[in-house]
Amino acid sequence: MSVVVPRTLTDALSAMAANPSALLLQGGTDLMVEINFNHRKPVDVIALRRVAELRAVKIDGKTISIGAGLPYQEMETGQIAQLVPALGQAARTVGSPQIRAAGSLGGNLGTCSPAGDGLPVLSALDAMINLRSASASRAVSIHEFMVGVKRNAKMPDEIIVSATMPIVRGWQGYAKVGVRNAMVISVASCCLVVDRAAGTVAVALGAVGPTVIRCRQAEQWLATKVDLKQTATIDAKLAAEFGQRVATEARPIDDHRSTADYRRHAVAKLSGRLLQRSGAQ
Amino acid sequence: MSVGNEIYSLTVNGEHHQVKDAWIGESLLYVLRERLGLPGAKGACEQGECGSCTVIIDGEAVCSCLVMAATAIDSEITTVESLAKKNGLTEVQDAFITEGGVQCGFCTPGLVVAIEHLLNKNPDPSELEIKEAISGNICRCTGYGRIFEAVTTAVATRKAARN
Ligand SMILES: Cc1cc2nc3c(=O)[nH]c(=O)nc-3n(C[C@H](O)[C@H](O)[C@H](O)COP(=O)(O)OP(=O)(O)OC[C@H]3O[C@@H](n4cnc5c(N)ncnc54)[C@H](O)[C@@H]3O)c2cc1C
Ligand code: FES
Ligand code: FES
Repeated sequence: MSVVVPRTLTDALSAMAANPSALLLQGGTDLMVEINFNHRKPVDVIALRRVAELRAVKIDGKTISIGAGLPYQEMETGQIAQLVPALGQAARTVGSPQIRAAGSLGGNLGTCSPAGDGLPVLSALDAMINLRSASASRAVSIHEFMVGVKRNAKMPDEIIVSATMPIVRGWQGYAKVGVRNAMVISVASCCLVVDRAAGTVAVALGAVGPTVIRCRQAEQWLATKVDLKQTATIDAKLAAEFGQRVATEARPIDDHRSTADYRRHAVAKLSGRLLQRSGAQ
Repeated sequence: MSVGNEIYSLTVNGEHHQVKDAWIGESLLYVLRERLGLPGAKGACEQGECGSCTVIIDGEAVCSCLVMAATAIDSEITTVESLAKKNGLTEVQDAFITEGGVQCGFCTPGLVVAIEHLLNKNPDPSELEIKEAISGNICRCTGYGRIFEAVTTAVATRKAARN
């Protein structure tokens, strides 16, 4: 077994090209659990913790790109939380301070669990995932990146470099349900983004399907009911009907964390509440 | 930098330590306790849930069970062992004793490290900030009330010492 700790993205990419079977390690908050419990015996590891380029945040007025290795704690407050409030809120719900000091979007995308808290936000914002190998680079839509339960479209020799999302004018929020307040994996979650300029709403659900689910029908229905270009108070009846429509697009299952029925109920409530909050602004 | 064989070195509490004959997939928690004779960080869950293994790496409080030791070769690692100096315990450690924040003591080193980290960044935390800062540290004995008191006391002692 070998461990490589490259200092630059170029070095990391050449290490990957030389050995595509090597495991990438960022914060270790998913991978080390598997290694500690012998679920995975890595042969070679490329640790990305020292690659500064993977922690970069780039803002160009219309979009923001967040480095795959940036720890969640950097998203909780400051510029990211201000420009992408839903991501700030999602980051704040991850694990504990210790987990947020290490865990990253790159790891969330790499693991691609349907309960990953960063993923509904990336989905609601139609984020692009930027991938690089030693010889090529490409950007893949988040909707194509997430392939199935813990499966994604990354090639073995690719590194996730960053996620790019639009800076949207309008209300956005993230909410999740779990068994307690801290240190909890989502039982169901929802991200809602209102784009005032386009007059559209985007709703993405976590932990209620094999990957994150976008509720396109509920989104379109809502756009026929309210003028999303303007702030409007959302009445409880409309929010409830919206929630019901969102819930019909969920595909939840029963598992050790919860039941399908409860999850469907939870996403109806979460999406309805987020919608009402968007109108209260 | 590449670690391909069984010898690498770590900087823990300002000292260089060689790690020999280790499997390099080992967690930092394991290496600290079993190879470097530093048993202060405790292991309970080895999956990031309990916080009893909390250490400071390059200024951040993290779970040492989730750090692959061989990747921390060029980091500054601080463990609970380095907090108390020759002339006594820290304000936080003292407050744990006076407020009865220790029962079985298993969670204590992790909590002490997490709280020292909090107070170094934020000397006058609000109630919510304290709760948030220790939300990754689980205690099965105290019910947290006395730990909370210990933090409040430590904040006051540190404040008095500054004035
Ligand atoms: C106690 C605890 C609580 C948790 N709570 C939450 C929670 O509330 N919400 C949540 O969403 N998650 C939670 N998690 C899971 C985990 O913290 C997140 O999924 C986190 O985003 C993983 O990031 P990481 O950098 O630590 O990933 P790692 O463990 O380093 O990597 C995870 C996977 O991603 C791959 N990978 C990492 N970086 C890259 C890259 N740049 N390019 C390509 N592949 C890459 C790795 O090869 C690996 O397969 C929790 C974990 C623990 C231990
Ligand atoms: S042993 Fe590391 S968090 Fe429990
Ligand atoms: S004192 Fe026993 S676990 Fe906290």
